[in-house]
Amino acid sequence: MSESHAKLGFLRSYVFSTDHKVIGIQYGITALLFLFFGLCLMMMMRWQLAYPGEAIPIIGGLLGETLVDDGAMLPSFYNSLGAMHGTIMVFMGIVPLAVGAFGNYIVPLQIGAPDMAFPRLNMASYQAFVIGGLVMLSSFFLPGGAASSGWTSYAPLSVTATTGQTFWLIGMIFLIASSLLGAINFIVTIIHLRAEGLTFFRLPFFIWSQLVTAFLLLLAFPPLQVAAIFQLMDRLADTSFFMPTGLVSGGDPVAAVGGGSPLLWQHLFWFLAHPEVYVLILPGMGIVAEVIANNSRKPLWGYRPMVYSLLFLGFMSFCVWAHHMYMTGMGTTMSTFFQITTMIISIPSVIILTCLVISLWGASIRFPVPMLFALAFLPMFGIGGLTGLPLGLAAPDAHFHDTYYVIGHFHYVVAPGTIFAMFAGIYHWYPKVTGRQMNVPLGKLHFWLSFVFMNGIFMPMMFEGMAGVSRRLFDPTVYEIGAAVHGLTTMSSWSAWLLALSQIPFIINFFMSMRKKERAEENPWQATTLEWATSTPPPHGNFVEPPVVYSGPYEYSVPGASSDFSPQFIKQES
Amino acid sequence: MNDPQYGWWLPPDVSVHGADIDFMINAIHWFMLALFIFWGGFIVYCLIRFRARPGHVAIYRDIEAKWNRWLEIGVAVAETVVLVVFAMPVWAKIKDDLPLAPEQDAMVVRVVAEQFKWLFHYPGRDGTFGKTGPEFYADDNPAGLDFDDEAGWDDITVRGFHFPVDRPVIARLTAKDVIHSFKIPVMRITQDVVPGMEITIWFQAKETGRFQVGCAQLCGLGHYEMKANLVIESKEDFQKWLDEEHEALGLDE
Repeated sequence: MSESHAKLGFLRSYVFSTDHKVIGIQYGITALLFLFFGLCLMMMMRWQLAYPGEAIPIIGGLLGETLVDDGAMLPSFYNSLGAMHGTIMVFMGIVPLAVGAFGNYIVPLQIGAPDMAFPRLNMASYQAFVIGGLVMLSSFFLPGGAASSGWTSYAPLSVTATTGQTFWLIGMIFLIASSLLGAINFIVTIIHLRAEGLTFFRLPFFIWSQLVTAFLLLLAFPPLQVAAIFQLMDRLADTSFFMPTGLVSGGDPVAAVGGGSPLLWQHLFWFLAHPEVYVLILPGMGIVAEVIANNSRKPLWGYRPMVYSLLFLGFMSFCVWAHHMYMTGMGTTMSTFFQITTMIISIPSVIILTCLVISLWGASIRFPVPMLFALAFLPMFGIGGLTGLPLGLAAPDAHFHDTYYVIGHFHYVVAPGTIFAMFAGIYHWYPKVTGRQMNVPLGKLHFWLSFVFMNGIFMPMMFEGMAGVSRRLFDPTVYEIGAAVHGLTTMSSWSAWLLALSQIPFIINFFMSMRKKERAEENPWQATTLEWATSTPPPHGNFVEPPVVYSGPYEYSVPGASSDFSPQFIKQES
Repeated sequence: MNDPQYGWWLPPDVSVHGADIDFMINAIHWFMLALFIFWGGFIVYCLIRFRARPGHVAIYRDIEAKWNRWLEIGVAVAETVVLVVFAMPVWAKIKDDLPLAPEQDAMVVRVVAEQFKWLFHYPGRDGTFGKTGPEFYADDNPAGLDFDDEAGWDDITVRGFHFPVDRPVIARLTAKDVIHSFKIPVMRITQDVVPGMEITIWFQAKETGRFQVGCAQLCGLGHYEMKANLVIESKEDFQKWLDEEHEALGLDE
């Protein structure tokens, strides 16, 4: 660790750093900014949905005339907002936060490693992410606006769309490259750099979740990378990977050679995008498991079944992609296969959730802010998972497909699910990163307001979908059904704006707490895992002495021990 | 504008196959609600009973729980039942049992999707569709009929969808430009329409009424406006409508 003592300049320390902690913080800040940006896009969409055709207040006059007409949103802008909200939240917000930020910062610390296995690869991964993000953002300034074919970019619509789609594809190629570099790094780090004594079944559940996530990214993203390049060729080089013969647009034949298949894109896309769903949720589950074990002051119930379920979940996530495509004209043989695999994959999720819930039995539960978010994750993810059941079966899907029910379902998984888990992680590890504790009353205010308004947004969507309102409609009231349930739409919109306001206590808390004089304790949560074995915040190189692990990850309330936690890194007197 | 027939739960169902779907949807939601209340109740109970307080110590030893095994097995069994008893047979009936036999007297219609309109193409009195192809598309020939083919002279192409009640309808769906999705909520139908493919579906209505056909797959700027009127009418009214459309063609003169 000799180079760790050399004095590095500002650029090498904070911008082009190879230290996993700095990269983790860079990822975290960038991803939080993208999440906030994605939230802003959504708030504009919610205005159009609640008050179709009315001028957008405050910012309506500031937007260019290609986007708004007299301050009222145009359909092209609405479609761009929809596509970019999805893309930004998934690929530039949640994944970089869950994997890039939490993974980078916590994984080496929790396994007792001095850094990631490939620090320069790690830096390259962050840089590719920033380039991809900037390409995506710049597309808003193109003539014709940003990509507008949905985050799914179904061909042929996407192939014939405006230049924004080309930028979307180039941006995706960078973002995918970033994830692949990160995934390799996590796999090698977790397998090779574990501290002495840290066997696989002594790994915290969070590490397991990151390991499985890394494999998903590594195996699922290349097909989309290929598909993105194919689509780019279709757009720029007049190939016809996804363009069938005989297309006519507006009465004129489309200049494509033909012979391609639009469904090929969907298969390649969903072959990534279903495992991607688990990429979004597994790190969240890992954080929730850490926080629940710590605050219930007892070992996780069923740690091994949870790990086996996680591995099985990772494997099965590659076998269910076509359940997004039941309505494409798929035959009964195919749909039977995918209905069966979809029902099977629900079982390991049920097991993990059940284990987390049973872990509360016989516990001694504390309620700090991270625990509130972790506990709220359980029923919220529960709703998201349960509503997947009717969608996973082809016959009910004939009613629910592409309705607001689908939007409600996956947002329950990702928004009050994953994002709550992310908040739990931020409140839990903030003292590790900054050496300061976050303010508790502000944290509780943030939690309760977010909890109420998250449900206020997504529960009405379930009923809209039940009524049969289609998604991605610029103005759902043009349909009789949409007009009949318009009150639900308005309720969602107001909840969304109030949810955004509810983040103000968090933003204040996040920045003000850094400036606190009072330092946090070295191990403020009385936790057992390795990230608390070093000083807070950790020095360059993480550990002064390489830590040695003597026990499992969650040795809380061991009978006869001197305190209610027995850290992994301290040898217990027997 | 509020339409009393639409509300917070499933819309009315006028299809023959929809009852099975609705039964599944309702049953699954009861099952979900039961699970959610059980789990939620358990969590709340734990949070109260096992809250940290002076003198209360967590139990280190694994609690012996057998009931969770039963819960997980119960969920698996319930899913298997739903899958094998309902989902597969219902879906197979909807997809595979095309009413092709002459005695079933199915009506055949072509549905052509384009940005941002639906077109409904009826074979006319001869019961035969004229030859069509993308090379014939024109503003006054949206169905792409080859006018050299006599079979197409009496074909009817309209923007509103009419079909008779109590008679199976076979719809052959094609798209000209991008992917659309043929959605009729009251008929419990969603079917993507993919360019380059012809997809055949069938359905049968059990009640008459006036509803809407919509597009459920993002297809561009006008996607939100891509709807058509749907008239499900008695056999007599449907025949009368067909006759009127034939007269409008001017072939009888």
